[in-house]
Amino acid sequence: MTSATEPTGASSHYKLTHLKALEAEAIHIMREVAAQFEKPALMFSGGKDSIVMVRLAEKAFRPAKFPFPLLHIDTGHNFPEALAFRDKLVEDIGERLIVHKVQDLIDRGDAAEDPGPFPSRNRAQIPTLLDAIDKYQFDALFGGARRDEEKARAKERIFSFRDDFGQWDPKNQRPELWNLYNGRHRMGENIRVFPISNWTEMDVWQYIMLENIEIPGLYFSHKRDVVKRRGQLVPIGDDPFGPRDGETIINCTVRFRTVGDMSCTAATDSPASNLEEIVAEVAAARASERGARMDDKTNEAAMEDRKKEGYF
Amino acid sequence: MSAQTQSKTDFSTDPNANKGMDFSTDAYLDMDLLRFLTCGSVDDGKSTLIGRLLYDSKSIFEDQLEAAESASLSRGDQRMDLALLTDGLRAEREQGITIDVAYRYFATPKRKFIIADCPGHVQYTRNMVTGASTANLALILIDARHGVIEQTRRHSFITSLLRIPHLVVCVNKMDLVDWSQETYDKIREEFEEFAARFEITDITFVPMSALTGDNVVNRSQNMDWYQGPSLLHHLENVHIAGDRDMIDPRFPVQWVIRPQGDEHHDYRGYGGQIASGVFQVGDEIIALPSGMESKIKSIDIGGVPQPLATPPMSVSIQLEDDIDISRGDMLCRPNNQPTSGQDIDAMVVWMAETPMKVGKKYTVRHTSNEARCIIKNLNYRLDIKTLHRVEEAEDLKLNEIGRIAIRTTKPLFYDPYRQCRVTGSFIIVDEQTNNTVGAAMIIGETS
Repeated sequence: MTSATEPTGASSHYKLTHLKALEAEAIHIMREVAAQFEKPALMFSGGKDSIVMVRLAEKAFRPAKFPFPLLHIDTGHNFPEALAFRDKLVEDIGERLIVHKVQDLIDRGDAAEDPGPFPSRNRAQIPTLLDAIDKYQFDALFGGARRDEEKARAKERIFSFRDDFGQWDPKNQRPELWNLYNGRHRMGENIRVFPISNWTEMDVWQYIMLENIEIPGLYFSHKRDVVKRRGQLVPIGDDPFGPRDGETIINCTVRFRTVGDMSCTAATDSPASNLEEIVAEVAAARASERGARMDDKTNEAAMEDRKKEGYF
Repeated sequence: MSAQTQSKTDFSTDPNANKGMDFSTDAYLDMDLLRFLTCGSVDDGKSTLIGRLLYDSKSIFEDQLEAAESASLSRGDQRMDLALLTDGLRAEREQGITIDVAYRYFATPKRKFIIADCPGHVQYTRNMVTGASTANLALILIDARHGVIEQTRRHSFITSLLRIPHLVVCVNKMDLVDWSQETYDKIREEFEEFAARFEITDITFVPMSALTGDNVVNRSQNMDWYQGPSLLHHLENVHIAGDRDMIDPRFPVQWVIRPQGDEHHDYRGYGGQIASGVFQVGDEIIALPSGMESKIKSIDIGGVPQPLATPPMSVSIQLEDDIDISRGDMLCRPNNQPTSGQDIDAMVVWMAETPMKVGKKYTVRHTSNEARCIIKNLNYRLDIKTLHRVEEAEDLKLNEIGRIAIRTTKPLFYDPYRQCRVTGSFIIVDEQTNNTVGAAMIIGETS
């Protein structure tokens, strides 16, 4: 790793910046999971948060290998750029990647496409994830979710317990005190662990800049074919992501603040082409990051419902 | 009451509000982190205060505001309910209460802040204790019309029990008492009198109105008799670097890093987070419980060397000698060691519906260590309303606080909680349900 680990902006080694404090907390959490669980895995989507998680895992476990594989729940709706990035990163770090495909479950009849003409595969991710947990017997899964993303997350623990059905019970969460994490669990139970719970979008970008972490080009401004749909700029790709009736393709300079499925991630009209410009843009932003996720808009408690069902 | 409507109007008409902070890259990388706790109930104006801090620091986005607005309307409210911005779970929204600790984030060019937003009522003591466990500072809200009430005393006591180093008393709703200095002085005097019984070293008082914004971010024009800082100014400047213990080196070993393969076959690192004190390359150390001594050969983070490590850094330490060390062991200095013992005297906050029973066996988690224990004695229960000791108590129920004696199956390496929050705290786990049922602060060895 070539990252900067010296305390920044101050000559003293005793000063601890907020990014270093957040990093230390995340490393501690990752090691705690490695010690308390038999079969963890790190959920990797190719998005910036999971890329930061990989860097944190390097900080926690290098020069040894990670004591867990990476797991990608592949919806089949990925940006091709994100998949290419994923494969290159995995090769660079020399770690194990497990890909579990939503399409395989749909083909088997164990997951269904949502009704409607242009379904999102958010819901079909749930049985796919649970199937992967069952197949590989994972007892802990790292996720890159942050509490600042959405209201339902603000009250979720860092160690978040799921029952046999992968469900989250918001009213029955374990108290979490000091830096003591209670990972005791029964057979069949598993937890989701969120090491960057206390980070904000701004923190993630600043950390990427501080650590000089490579991220997919989708995050930087580029020319892309999009259509305007319900007030948002929706990327256009190969079938089934083509334009719908009455929509006109426009080619403009955009970037993505968040990289999810092509079917449900809107682009931002932005000229920000490097990390400094992105940070400046985030600092001045008027809409939240998840505002670009069409899946959360379905109803006000959308995220809470999906979490209860086992969504990350 | 038009509190929410009015506050919303204030937000949107204030020409200086929500302009965004001027974050230069360098400044941002030099910020530090302050975790603070807010305690109070809806009536104290806590949601309004948090809403204002978030809004004025530009941490609430338009789509979140819109979502809260439309949720208010669809519920049939006449006005936007600001609490909707902060109350996350559907059950809470439907019942109009806050039942769990919620974490909120905002930043100014000087600091990043993490707010642990805790419900105020007595039945939520465990939530407040949870939020308090990681806080450097507590905000206690007092309604200027009501002054110091039982809840204020309870919150102050928990602040001192959990040893939060800094306390800010927000005397809120000053607009409703005509910005009266006399009212403020009286509350301040009353608070200081009862707080003298607690171990709270740093108390700051701020008269304010969260609703109108007076003394929240900007100095009040209405209270020229107040010479102190605004709340945000204080939060940005309160000295927290001194809260860390740099004297007593404690390093609980969390995970042994031993690469397989030829490239690093000599590497054997001990991963962990510095609990307190400073560790430097070349320092002599002793490992507990073995008592073996060695010297620090290297300190690194992810393979990148560090000259020294301070709390709460997560590092990997290599030693000069190959001695047997595993998870749960502790590195410290030969001439500065924690207590090593099995009979422990502690204050405990009970967090489960099932009461704590004397004679029952539990599991304790302490630093990276785990042991079984038996509750040998309940010395007294502390009545959290009167602060009287109830010596005839036989058990501890949910949200009750008591002083207990435990014996563990193996030695723990601990310090008094008042010296070190990390090595002085443990949690109690029920062995049947696996739930975390107690939070304990070590006083010392049982006599």
